[in-house]
Amino acid sequence: MKARSKFLVGGFVILSTAATLAFSSTKETAQYFLTPAELAEKVAKDDSFRENGVKVGGRVVKGSIVREPSGRSLTFVMVDTAVQTVTYPVRYRGIAPDTFTDGVDVVVEGRLGADGVFQATTLLAKCASRYENAPEKGGGEHPAGVPKYAPAAPGGAPAPAAAATPATGART
Amino acid sequence: MTATLASALVTLGELALWIALLMAAWSATVSFAGATGARRDLVVSGERALYATFGFVVLASIGLWTALFTHDFSIKFVASYTSANLPKVYTFTAFWAGQAGSLLFWTLILAGYAAAAVFSGNRGERTRGFMPYVTGTLSVVTLFFLLTMCFGANPFERLDWTPPDGRGMNPQLQNPGMAIHPPMLYLGYVATAVPFAYAVGALFTRRLDAEWLAPVRRWALLSWFFLTIGITLGMWWAYVELGWGGYWAWDPVENASLLPWLTGTAFLHSIMIQEKRGMLRKWNVTLVVTTFLLSILGTFITRSGVIQSVHSFAQSPVGNWFAGFLAVSIAATAWLVATRLPDLASKAELESMVSREAAFLYNNLVLVGISFSVLWGTLFPILSEWVRGEKITVGPPFFNTVNVPLGLLLLALTGVGPLIAWRRASVQNVRRQFTGPALFGVATGAALVALGMRDFYAVVCYALAGFVLATIGQEFWKGTSARVRMYAENPAVALVRLVAKNRRRYGGYVVHFGMVTMFAAFAGMVFKKEHDVTLRTGEKFSTTDPWGHEWTFVSQGVSQYKALNRYVTGVGLDATRDGERVGVISSEKRQHVDKFDQPTFEPSTEVGILEGPKQDVYVVLAGVTGTDRAELRIAFNPLVWWVWFGGIVMGLGGLVVMWPQAERARESGYVTVLPPSAGGVPGGPLPERAPPAPAAAGR
Repeated sequence: MKARSKFLVGGFVILSTAATLAFSSTKETAQYFLTPAELAEKVAKDDSFRENGVKVGGRVVKGSIVREPSGRSLTFVMVDTAVQTVTYPVRYRGIAPDTFTDGVDVVVEGRLGADGVFQATTLLAKCASRYENAPEKGGGEHPAGVPKYAPAAPGGAPAPAAAATPATGART
Repeated sequence: MTATLASALVTLGELALWIALLMAAWSATVSFAGATGARRDLVVSGERALYATFGFVVLASIGLWTALFTHDFSIKFVASYTSANLPKVYTFTAFWAGQAGSLLFWTLILAGYAAAAVFSGNRGERTRGFMPYVTGTLSVVTLFFLLTMCFGANPFERLDWTPPDGRGMNPQLQNPGMAIHPPMLYLGYVATAVPFAYAVGALFTRRLDAEWLAPVRRWALLSWFFLTIGITLGMWWAYVELGWGGYWAWDPVENASLLPWLTGTAFLHSIMIQEKRGMLRKWNVTLVVTTFLLSILGTFITRSGVIQSVHSFAQSPVGNWFAGFLAVSIAATAWLVATRLPDLASKAELESMVSREAAFLYNNLVLVGISFSVLWGTLFPILSEWVRGEKITVGPPFFNTVNVPLGLLLLALTGVGPLIAWRRASVQNVRRQFTGPALFGVATGAALVALGMRDFYAVVCYALAGFVLATIGQEFWKGTSARVRMYAENPAVALVRLVAKNRRRYGGYVVHFGMVTMFAAFAGMVFKKEHDVTLRTGEKFSTTDPWGHEWTFVSQGVSQYKALNRYVTGVGLDATRDGERVGVISSEKRQHVDKFDQPTFEPSTEVGILEGPKQDVYVVLAGVTGTDRAELRIAFNPLVWWVWFGGIVMGLGGLVVMWPQAERARESGYVTVLPPSAGGVPGGPLPERAPPAPAAAGR
């Protein structure tokens, strides 16, 4: 056999092994990536869909974050970015990333519980969204009744009580 | 600087952007027209227009920096990313903190590279013939970026009102690593455009022998060097700033930076085969083009928002510009390659499976295999949406399952490739070069198993690392001792001269050494241990680290205070290892505030890291309950230190390889000097010959 053919055989063996690994692990680790609206639709169609681990991407409803003082668990409400009527309460166990805050886009991984609460095991927050927007007129005024840091993380940074959210309404 | 002067500079910058656009358009048009119509005057005009483009992009950049430093908040970009109280250094780096500015930054580098490439290319006898096409191609790429900016994301866009203060910079970006990571990455990404331009030139002129590869190799090395540094800095930033305890998460944006690095690395190896043997001509052109396209794809992924990533910029119409550019580039280069296939025929055949050519071919195969799997995993959500109408993602387990075996194969080849003979290795060659290193590798693996290491991949990784380290050590030893014998030099002098006279070869070994330490460090993370604990003041937590040391952490209590521009909640842990005190590790939560004491951005976490070659002790303050109950995550991350070490060594190796050296000195430095490949015309300046008939007649 010529060297060229031998090389091609060797290459084929390597690449097909890699392809097999890729194919099988694609199957194993593949997860649906849904919007809250799509999740609602799938669950409405077939209730056993709850059993699947899924990734859901939505937005944190402003003022909905309730952090446990320990910083190890929190709940919030996630809204579909397109269909504003579809929301899911989310419970996340773990240390939230620094970027997680009111109004950011998040991706949660986990499954929908029978009680309708989404139990998340991982939580990703997009860090860039907040500073991608220019300040808006009147952005410095604080939306009433949305004390952001005070109840959320009393044990966290000792933000002054007067501190409310600046310019939270910027992402539109 | 007076306000009038500043605003004049800003206006000038805004205007300069549009003039640069016209200049680039002119240069692109006349360069190609001049090249295909053999009009020297047009070619010269195109080059001048390209230099002018660079000049005007510099003016535009000065304009934006002026706006940033004079806090001109009427400009949307300035108001969005800076505030009046931002430290000077971050006001400077805010230039590339957002979409529009980073596009300008990219264009600035591109125009600078383009001017340098055209200037140096015109001085080289062998490269001069390609220059009209190189100029034209680089102008087209520059033009694309200028168009995207002028019509998609203009950094000089004004607000219809002037806010009193800007929104400030995200505190996570206020980090030295983050300040230099993007420029490094951009310098690497953008440098892939020059090899691409040369590839287009070589394809157009059908001069596809090794002559076009000399400048391409230098630019590819430059790109590789900056990408290596940029990626390592990105890992370091993620590790110290993001607080999740790792440095690589297979996030789409991370993958986007890895892809051109992988194909660029493959190219730097395969180019040697074309230089020596005239083989792999199609392959090399393809790799150069692919590397550039992957850089553009990476930019597209980062900016379009089509793929969910933690890092991506907000959804933006700029993505469509990139998708369009990508499609056009792919179509154009595919056409070029397809119409030139006969010119790309190989000049030699692979002679034996036991040869350096074969080892390099496999190295390329594996690198491209890894690139493909990474690309597949990254684009999977898009592909599945096209095919099945549903977005499906694959996670880190996918990337690890596929890439760990491929990576180990690559590691093995790192040891084999440089030592095996060209063409056909004799049994004697193989025995002489590999007996020692192979034994050393096996001994390393056996010793680790004997010490109780049970993870299969980790043992294989360390055995292979031992093998490769031994081959590198052996090379340095043989080279140095030969010099000591021949020139009676003292060993230290001999070592330095050995490297200095064979920079490509020994610089390459240094790079390999860095790579091996990185692999060893990656494998170390298998043994990571982490604990979630709650500690009151004075309470202690004891545990055993992966090395078997006994650690005790005693909480020094929670402190809360106000610093410069932030409120801080901190906790200190007094750490003791095997009964010996090693110091205090502290972690903080910070709430940044503006001058009115209003919080800006989310609270951020400062991780406490006790670094060491064996492991990092990594402490994250998750929160505080009551007044003094600190909720902590304490992790032992083995060998992470060696990732940074490996990155630095690879960068240094890259510098050694890139350091300019007189042509003659380098030639004589080779141990293996092969006869010139059949048909090729290596060396010897080529006459300024007209492009072959078909290329010219085709217009």
